[in-house]
Amino acid sequence: MNKKTSVAMFGLLCLLSLWILAGCSKKEEPTEAQPSAPATTAAPTAAATPIDPSTAASVSGAVKFDGAAPKASKIDMSQDAACKGTNTAETIVVDGGKLANVFVYVKEGLGDRTFDLPKEAVTIDQKGCQYHPHVLGAMAGQNIEIKNDDPTTHNIHPTPQANREWNESQPPAAAPLQKSFAREEIMLPVKCNQHPWMRMYINVVKSPFYAVTGPDGKYEIKGLPPGDYTIAFVQEKLGEQTQKVTLAAKDSKTADATFKAQ
Amino acid sequence: MGTAALGCPAERSSAVVNQPGSKPLKSLATPYNRAHHRFAVFTACATFVLIIAGALVTSNDAGLSIPDWPTSFGSFSVPPLHGGIKYEWSHRAIAGSIVLLTISIAAWTWRTDRRRWMKWLGIAALGTVITQAILGGLTVLLFQPPWVSSAHAAVGQTFFCIAVAIAMFTGRRWVEEVPQIEFDSRRPSLITLTLLSIFVLYVQLILGAMFRHHGMSWWPHIANSAIVAFVLTWTAVRALSQFSKIEAVRRPAIILVSLLIAQLCLGFVAFLTRVAWGRDAVQPELPMVISTVAHVAVGALLLATAVILAIQVWRQVPVSFEEPVPSRTRKPVAA
Repeated sequence: MNKKTSVAMFGLLCLLSLWILAGCSKKEEPTEAQPSAPATTAAPTAAATPIDPSTAASVSGAVKFDGAAPKASKIDMSQDAACKGTNTAETIVVDGGKLANVFVYVKEGLGDRTFDLPKEAVTIDQKGCQYHPHVLGAMAGQNIEIKNDDPTTHNIHPTPQANREWNESQPPAAAPLQKSFAREEIMLPVKCNQHPWMRMYINVVKSPFYAVTGPDGKYEIKGLPPGDYTIAFVQEKLGEQTQKVTLAAKDSKTADATFKAQ
Repeated sequence: MGTAALGCPAERSSAVVNQPGSKPLKSLATPYNRAHHRFAVFTACATFVLIIAGALVTSNDAGLSIPDWPTSFGSFSVPPLHGGIKYEWSHRAIAGSIVLLTISIAAWTWRTDRRRWMKWLGIAALGTVITQAILGGLTVLLFQPPWVSSAHAAVGQTFFCIAVAIAMFTGRRWVEEVPQIEFDSRRPSLITLTLLSIFVLYVQLILGAMFRHHGMSWWPHIANSAIVAFVLTWTAVRALSQFSKIEAVRRPAIILVSLLIAQLCLGFVAFLTRVAWGRDAVQPELPMVISTVAHVAVGALLLATAVILAIQVWRQVPVSFEEPVPSRTRKPVAA
């Protein structure tokens, strides 16, 4: 092989590598009218374990914040003129000592019970260059509908540990994306790389027994069968707390939690 | 015991040695080509701009703002440049231009430069920039795995060093001047120290990139900075104390020390803005973006300066070493 042949072979090899790599790239269709297929499909589950509604119990309460509430950070949205949302961060949202955006769920006690997937999708809305809601709960395999109500393009980029990572753009007025996550994962971060302040958390659980605290810090989980449970309270920055709760038939118990300022 | 000075042949780049009846040496001298040199300098400068553009992408957390590659939102046309897209797309556009510049400089060198090793250096530059483009694509398609993104950062700076070296090798001084040779008899030799400097700078580059891409904590980068400061200072002090008469060695040694001081200061500021003060920042803030981009840019200049110093030391300061000369002390053997 002479020099010219070597150079030609090298060049061809480089071009081939680029071509193969380009083939790996998924083509984006920003104006696609049809919603995309779910990213992951949950494996078919066994028939749901029935719960007797006449014995169903509930647990409710409030999550408090102990200490001086941190001042919400200001967001600078000037890098995109189309972003005109509330420019405060939602990392820790406290109002009158009540802590919002805490994910509360039954962590232990349900054993091998299985549950039907809700037919309704949960929704994430991108509005004012913020995610609404900031903290979301969904069952594994449940459909998550992602809408863009902003006059600008976003990209939705979950960065899970246990589920498959994906990154898709969504231009203004595009059809909603339809996604789901197959495996349980708490505080799964979702971000937009075009607007780096945009961040939210999806909590994927196996049961329908979960709630997110509202601005008043309150939550309620209904329809639980009698039993001994561990209730977990998870906040994106303050971490997790757990409480043991024993529920008898038709019980309605209170489980409050308090997070201290760090 | 006799002493013989051996080492790198300093005349390699310029001497044409043709003995009657023998084949000409493959490493021929080449005439100075002003346009070729200026094009090489332009390519090196453009590469520096590309490094800054790449640092802006990472510092603004915009690496995945365009989800596809090599197209941008399914097309090669310019997308709306808002948010993080403006950083990522600008980086891609400049990178594409650098690929074209590198193809041109490689072809130009292959056709006009008589030095065989220079022809292959041009090809090596092309291979490096293509590798870099592939790593850039992989970092997007695989969602920025820390090792791929760090390799992208390291190969990018390697390409910058090659571009700077090509610019130097095509310069009038390198082509036409006769090197001032001074032998180096101290140990470790200056060439060893310069190579050690390049090595510790590479380690530092990888540690910094791993931290930036969330693959490692900040402390290994900080800890290694002390080693980098020690090795580079040792190298520069040796070069300046022993070979300050050689301008080609003195100048990069002074620049090396100056850049090292600047880089340590920038590293401290970057640590304050990003780690100490910016830990809970909801978005990349201007002070952290400016300090980290400047830290990356000066780091690239520091590595390129270390490479230039190593090349000049290799050329101008051959290593001398003692070669034992067998003494004739054997007793005569009786027949």
